[in-house]
Amino acid sequence: MLCDSCHERDAVVHLTTIENNAVHQLHLCERCAAERGVETTVATPKHPLGEFLHDVHQQVATSRNEAVRCSFCNTTMADFRATGRWGCARCYTNFEIGIRELLRRVQGSHRHVGHPYQPPMSEELERASVLGELKERLRRAVESEQFELAADLRDRIRVME
Amino acid sequence: MTLDLSLLPDGGVGWLDASGRHADIVLSTRIRLARNVEGYAFTGRARDGERLRVLAQVREAVGSIGALRESVMYRLDELPPTSRALLHERHLVSKELAGLDEQHPLRTGAAVFLADGLGVMVNEEDHLRLQALRSGFALQEAFASIDKLDRDLGARLPYSFHGEFGFLTACPTNVGTGLRGSVLIHLPGLVLTKEIGKVLASLQQMGLTYRGLYGEGSEVVGNFFQISNQTTLGRSEEELLDQLLRVVGHVVEREAEARRVLLRDAGYIIEDKLWRAYGTLRYARSLTFDEAMNYLSGVRLAVGLKLISSLSVYTLNKLLIFSQAAHLAFAEGRALTESETNLARARYVRKALEGEAGSVG
Repeated sequence: MLCDSCHERDAVVHLTTIENNAVHQLHLCERCAAERGVETTVATPKHPLGEFLHDVHQQVATSRNEAVRCSFCNTTMADFRATGRWGCARCYTNFEIGIRELLRRVQGSHRHVGHPYQPPMSEELERASVLGELKERLRRAVESEQFELAADLRDRIRVME
Repeated sequence: MTLDLSLLPDGGVGWLDASGRHADIVLSTRIRLARNVEGYAFTGRARDGERLRVLAQVREAVGSIGALRESVMYRLDELPPTSRALLHERHLVSKELAGLDEQHPLRTGAAVFLADGLGVMVNEEDHLRLQALRSGFALQEAFASIDKLDRDLGARLPYSFHGEFGFLTACPTNVGTGLRGSVLIHLPGLVLTKEIGKVLASLQQMGLTYRGLYGEGSEVVGNFFQISNQTTLGRSEEELLDQLLRVVGHVVEREAEARRVLLRDAGYIIEDKLWRAYGTLRYARSLTFDEAMNYLSGVRLAVGLKLISSLSVYTLNKLLIFSQAAHLAFAEGRALTESETNLARARYVRKALEGEAGSVG
């Protein structure tokens, strides 16, 4: 649909007005709408990352840490600047200082206050943790001369190891 | 591989049934949580093999979760474009996951698990995007179900989590809670009374933002707005949702008030305009997507104002989704040109309205 005013550009603002009990519809391009002082309600919201990327750019320029690479995924600040995306979870540790400052600006905070999270234990971690506990109990059993219990604990540790 | 929608008990569109609160103004409520699995590069940086391993790990975890045990999995990377577009039109997958976004081509390992009102997108911008979708204004209910799913999945998969920053995401605008709550709301009253500019400006002051029908980057058509929280960090999940609940509740009240003002001050003009919209939908032979959306917006307002009584909000919701290009092509069983799509759309809308036309007026 072409603009009702200039008949050249595509109409992007569709204005409905009610005057003297009559409904008028006007289809305008962005420029003609602006010339008439129409406030567009369909304007695309400003991309939240726009400002953020600008900040990153400035920060990189001043901190000269262009050469730093994430040890896990090889992402650099330049990569982030180009895509607006980090490469992996480790990036948050590798670029921690910069990220903290940027989150403060973009999100208004850098501190998570939402739900806490405890990742599930992997089998290996779980095994190590149980083993550690058994060894500790064995130490205490020996100290308190509970030899029967100690023998039992030693057998269990041997099986696990 | 073709798309077998019969596997989904409600076709994945149970949220259209208009059973929720304020269903004449609020179409749907969605909450999504962004999560990543520890040990892999984020999706955009990961290799094909890594993404497939992420998918395998998620699949195993999903199998032992009650809410998802009966879920259906679609591998987007094995579906033809029309099927992917259809899932996107139903709001079940994002444009990025469906590979419809020019910036993000379809990825190996892109998949979605769908169950009643719940979905898990795998290998989207983040490894996991969990979402709950409900009819009407239902933030608390949506959060209760997504929170449970998140805890169940998080107990089986190690999420990437940082003591200070919270849940880690590819984009820094999602880090922390990873939560985005959004309410799809129809605001013709505020648009017609020209109050909308003020309302939208005040949203931003309250830390909220708005987008079009299909979220980020989509335009506002048919007076449908998606209102959502802008930030994800520094406030708890409950605080973010409370704020959204309060503000959207206020917007719903203002919309209802604007509709009363319209009827009072411009009754017959509005009535005429809305019946003309109905007339066009009922008899037009060709409709573009934007035209259909705008006329449907008018008819929806007429139903809300009780000017048209025999049409259900459910029918209007279905029209909104099923009159889109991929749905029309799917129904016809072949790809359609743009003009064929417009003809098919007009035909589909006419038929649907004829079906309920008995006592209209």
